[in-house]
Amino acid sequence: MIALDAEAIYRAFAQRVRETVAGRDVRLVGVHTGGVWLAERLKEELKIQHPVGVLDISFYRDDFGRSGLNPSVKPSSIAFDVDGADILLIDDVLYTGRTVRAAMNELFDYGRPARIDLAVLVDRGGRELPIAASVVGRTIEVPADVSVVLARDDAGKLGLTLEQRPEKKQGA
Amino acid sequence: MRNPQLNSNGELHHLLTIEGLPRAIIERILTTADSFINVASREVKNVPLLRGTAVFNLFFEHSTRTRTTFEIAARRLSADVFNLDITRSSTSKGESLLDTINNLTAMQADMFVVRHATSGAPYLIAQHVAPHIHVINAGDGRHAHPTQGLLDMYTIRHYKREFANLRVAIVGDILHSRVARSDIHALTTLGVPEVRAVGPLTLLPSGLEEMGVRVCTRLEEGIKDADVIIMLRLQNERMRGALLPSAQEFFRNYGLTPDKLRLAKPDAIVMHPGPMNRGVEIDSHVADGAQSVILPQVTFGIAVRMAVLSIAASSQRMQ
Repeated sequence: MIALDAEAIYRAFAQRVRETVAGRDVRLVGVHTGGVWLAERLKEELKIQHPVGVLDISFYRDDFGRSGLNPSVKPSSIAFDVDGADILLIDDVLYTGRTVRAAMNELFDYGRPARIDLAVLVDRGGRELPIAASVVGRTIEVPADVSVVLARDDAGKLGLTLEQRPEKKQGA
Repeated sequence: MRNPQLNSNGELHHLLTIEGLPRAIIERILTTADSFINVASREVKNVPLLRGTAVFNLFFEHSTRTRTTFEIAARRLSADVFNLDITRSSTSKGESLLDTINNLTAMQADMFVVRHATSGAPYLIAQHVAPHIHVINAGDGRHAHPTQGLLDMYTIRHYKREFANLRVAIVGDILHSRVARSDIHALTTLGVPEVRAVGPLTLLPSGLEEMGVRVCTRLEEGIKDADVIIMLRLQNERMRGALLPSAQEFFRNYGLTPDKLRLAKPDAIVMHPGPMNRGVEIDSHVADGAQSVILPQVTFGIAVRMAVLSIAASSQRMQ
């Protein structure tokens, strides 16, 4: 297990988000769970008035037939009008792009946003879909059998670790 | 013996009855239903979860509410839904139940939602179908109506938050009610300390005490200080012989009127699985009153059925 300096990566990420959204009336939408932590912190620091939207994309995953319904699915909640909104979609780790695809599909079921930008703390490569982030905290290269995991302690401090994935279970 | 509803990983594969269903599975269904409630408030009410899944609604007995809400639930999950009015098709030409199932399986069905007048029919189908097919019981005879039981639990949890301190009274024709049976199993599994069955002796089945239920033959006693009152329909079509003098007399003794409702807790909720017989088991002032949650039950039923369909479908590859 290798640890990265998540707070340093976050500071670079937050600075780039600040530059990207300058002058825009942007709404933050976090992908459950890590993306929501980041979105909440950005809302505080960037003084964004709108509530943070929360997406749990469990109902939109394209691997449902193989891995089933996430047992800990949480309700999505978007407490603003998505129609015509300028949205910054936030996730912790960008990998295959399937999560982002699912999140965009779900967003469109709430309405038709004017614009969606993607901001991720870590881009680990390995894309399987034509998706790119507008804001990236750091780009890293990790082998396919390693997970990049974001954690948050009680004080709100972020931690990023690289973890060897346990041997793949059938259907997982 | 393994619970026939669960796969080898202990996950829900068919939903046939609440009896013997682990508490964790019931709670997971209720929690998942919460997420689907949110989906219903969006512009697009569908999610793509069951895209490409063929759900066959097999109703060998008439139903409007249950069939329609199952259909809405399956459509909101983006499944392909086929409604078969069996009462008007091959069965009336003499085809056997399992031949009907074989034919529909040949049409590449993935799920059967079954309502049948004979207790146990969904079990028979579940034992017969290929391992990738799921069977959901939408009511079988007097035996079980598990999704109604689950939506009742969802409704109770929505209004009362916890099950641990509740007094729940189930009132009326318990004998013929598959809803009552499913509710009793669900309530006791979820840890409700006091479940009461209220009705005339002729409409109370034996063995209620063994299920942990307190039997009351007087309505006043049965609903006193209750938190939840579940009224049941007087099932004329299931009655054989003279179990009751008349509907009027039943209403006089067991009909829920505003006066009688005052015996329950002031914040008690009144539920009914429908269809209601106004003036037989329930007074209109109660049915349409502030404590009635009868219509929310119907709405919650869609989310609960979405949860059941998606959780059962997701056990598919775990066999």
